Amino acid sequence: MSSTTRRDFLKQSALASAGTILVGFQLPVFAKKQALITDAFIRLELDGAVTLMMNHAEFGNGAYTSLSMMVAEELDLDWQTIKLEAAPTEQRYYSPLFGEYLTAGSVSTASSFMPMREAGARTRQLLLEAASIHFSAPISSLRTADSKVHHRDGRSVSYAALIAVVEANGLKPPEKAKLKNPEDFAVLGKPQRRIEAPEKVDGSAIFGSDIRFDDMLFASIVRPPVYGGFARDFDGTNALAVKGVVRVKKIDAGIAVLARDYWTAKKAAGLVTVSWEDGGNGGLSTKGYSVEYRELSDKPGLLAENIGRAEEIIAETEDGLVIESVYEMPYLAHATMEPMNCTAKLAGDRCEIWVGTQYQSNDRTVVAKMLGVPEENVVINRTLSGGTFGRRASKTADFVTDAVQAASGENVPVQVIWSREEDIRGGHYRPQFIHRLKGVLDNQGYPLAWHQRVVGKSIMQNTKHDPAYMVRGMDIYSLDGCLQEPFGVFPYGTSYEIPNHRIESHNPAKTGVRPHEWRAVGHTHTGIAYECFLDELADKGSKDPLDLRLHLSRKHTRMHNLLEKLKKVSNWEQPLAAGRGRGMAARVYSNSWIAQSVELTVDEDGSYSVDKVFCVVDCGFAVNPLGIQGQIEGGIMLGLNAVAYGAIDVVDGRVVQSNFHDYRPLRMHQMPEVEIHIMPSELPPTGVGEQSTTPIAPAIGNAIFNATGKRVRDFPLDRQGFVLKG
Amino acid sequence: MFKLDVNGQQVTVDCSEDTPLLWVLRDHLRLTGTKFGCGIGQCGACTVHIDSQPVRACMIPIEKAQGRNVRTIESLKRDDNFSVVQTAWLEEDVAQCGYCQSGQIMAATALLEKNPDPDEEAINEAMLGHICRCGTYPRIRLAIKRASHQLSRGES
Repeated sequence: MSSTTRRDFLKQSALASAGTILVGFQLPVFAKKQALITDAFIRLELDGAVTLMMNHAEFGNGAYTSLSMMVAEELDLDWQTIKLEAAPTEQRYYSPLFGEYLTAGSVSTASSFMPMREAGARTRQLLLEAASIHFSAPISSLRTADSKVHHRDGRSVSYAALIAVVEANGLKPPEKAKLKNPEDFAVLGKPQRRIEAPEKVDGSAIFGSDIRFDDMLFASIVRPPVYGGFARDFDGTNALAVKGVVRVKKIDAGIAVLARDYWTAKKAAGLVTVSWEDGGNGGLSTKGYSVEYRELSDKPGLLAENIGRAEEIIAETEDGLVIESVYEMPYLAHATMEPMNCTAKLAGDRCEIWVGTQYQSNDRTVVAKMLGVPEENVVINRTLSGGTFGRRASKTADFVTDAVQAASGENVPVQVIWSREEDIRGGHYRPQFIHRLKGVLDNQGYPLAWHQRVVGKSIMQNTKHDPAYMVRGMDIYSLDGCLQEPFGVFPYGTSYEIPNHRIESHNPAKTGVRPHEWRAVGHTHTGIAYECFLDELADKGSKDPLDLRLHLSRKHTRMHNLLEKLKKVSNWEQPLAAGRGRGMAARVYSNSWIAQSVELTVDEDGSYSVDKVFCVVDCGFAVNPLGIQGQIEGGIMLGLNAVAYGAIDVVDGRVVQSNFHDYRPLRMHQMPEVEIHIMPSELPPTGVGEQSTTPIAPAIGNAIFNATGKRVRDFPLDRQGFVLKG
Repeated sequence: MFKLDVNGQQVTVDCSEDTPLLWVLRDHLRLTGTKFGCGIGQCGACTVHIDSQPVRACMIPIEKAQGRNVRTIESLKRDDNFSVVQTAWLEEDVAQCGYCQSGQIMAATALLEKNPDPDEEAINEAMLGHICRCGTYPRIRLAIKRASHQLSRGES
């Protein structure tokens, strides 16, 4: 085969990638003497490499690439000289937005945009000062490019060679950063390939489960059959008799079997006899939740928003003219490609951890508390993650504590790997939700009154995030995308205006099956309920669904322009053949606006294929259009997957689904063609990772209605006779 | 003790006869490029070649792999050169989280070795068993076509 060397590839491609991502192996960060640390994020190595400290996790989101671009732009780095290191759990690396070491909420790009650029700019100014000494020339005669300072007479000096000058003269970076003008950007805003891609195509990338030590042990955990249950007692005799098994022990999550390799541990785990307690959850069922939530949705909830007189207008309207619907969305598992895992080593009062995580400050706090040691005694080395969709931001640090407990008393690193069955059954799920909606139209057929009750478990209640995300007893994430006005810390509303608009909330008790963030959080259910019901009102009022949204958003420029664009690029008004349908939805999440329309074909038996998806996004300044495109394709895939098949059922406290045969993933031939349009913008960048997941589900529901006249209100679609082909 | 040929090297492994090839590679031989995704042959993350055929390493007990030629993702680069398929993967910027990509690339490599100019149907069939939860499917398709184009231009 013809082939390209890595170096050639890097040379040939202007969009090339760089070096190796280092995973910490008890090397104190910044211990290297022969390097210059100019900033918390930048270390110039004598060999010419420039190491960038990554304070956001990489799990497919593209953070490592966009953060590198920000520094590379301002510091004029040769992309090939960049090396990356996962920043340690120190306050200075915490997200400026969250005040924690947390990669979540699709805000990495937004919150890093200034700090990373400033880091690059300040280092550049320092190097210019050093070069001015080196050349005995004024800074005005110098410029930077390709990790070098160039004098206008043609001479140049590498950044690495300037390290000695900086040190000899005791130079320090300036306080104030001089940033480039956006019109001078050479890196930001241009398509950039993923920086760590070479490691991901040759098998050398290190994910959590790839951590290896000579003396390590692997562990499999026998988990309780009933969700939230625990082990009372166990007999590990038969497991211990298996060659290679080292230990069988009880931990909080169940019974851990430790062996020299994972297969042996897993096999032996099947031989442990356990007497289980069900933790009072033996009667849990998702059908039960459904009944309970439907009843609740008939009762007044806490008042989140009350604009105008929605309740009164509905009460005054004769029954036949009030449109009422109930939408139900099930539990969803994240099912990341890489099942949960973590490696831990305990020695004395110190604990070292290797893990793909979104939330390492919390992991460290939870582990330190559990072990009763100071936080600094817990060292977390973050690896790449094989997907998260929110799962690896665990407030209980559950997949980390498993490994720490399993490693207790072993003095060697222990790697706990969850089987796919444990992953699907023991997950923290996107909670089940019910929305009851009522609407009244005015005499022109436009929505006059909107009344929505949202029923489902709160994710944030009684967690450390309670103060930030609970407002008057309501979880703002449960309601995200329902309110017209800003709510709590969310500075945006729906970008629609309905004159009478009332939103109520029920957050039932947080017992039983655990609610968790799932890519786009509240929007995964509010999006369906809000955007499908809006379609119902459009239909009743004989309005085109897109035109209705244009009407409702006429005072909201970003939404309005987005919808105009979607109408144009999707050929919205062009008729479709019989059996085909078109639907759309639009959402605002975390300060990005996104709209999607789909075209699908439904056969007489209800089987359907999604032929094409158009997506228009306004995410401010588009830092990396290539990355945005990938995130959007991925979000559409995951959202379509969920609405087509996604459901976790619980019967008698036991999760029914277990692996990819019954928690079905979308496969390649089912993936629709996706056409993406990014709105040009000079505004600060915002996210797309989660946003991309939000409109697709309601757009599909609306397109099914358009094609068949049947309105689906209980999800997923395959349980309502609409089965995605393939 | 089991003897097999992995990436052109004779190796001897001491493990139980039912140990799947996947865990022999990952835990005994420390070739961690081959990934665990489901353990039941549903996701394709553990795809390797045995005697040039793509197989699910989680479904092959070591005794069945004995004496055969096993090729993993680590073997594709020659003298530090990326293969045509790997290069296409980089050009199309396929990977997101990257966890499934070893399996995807091994499947695509096997497909193109057998059929350097696959049509859509052949691509669909070859890739059907390979899940990507990040949704890199459109770019996987583009990368396969790009690699195919390279190969059919006689650059192999």
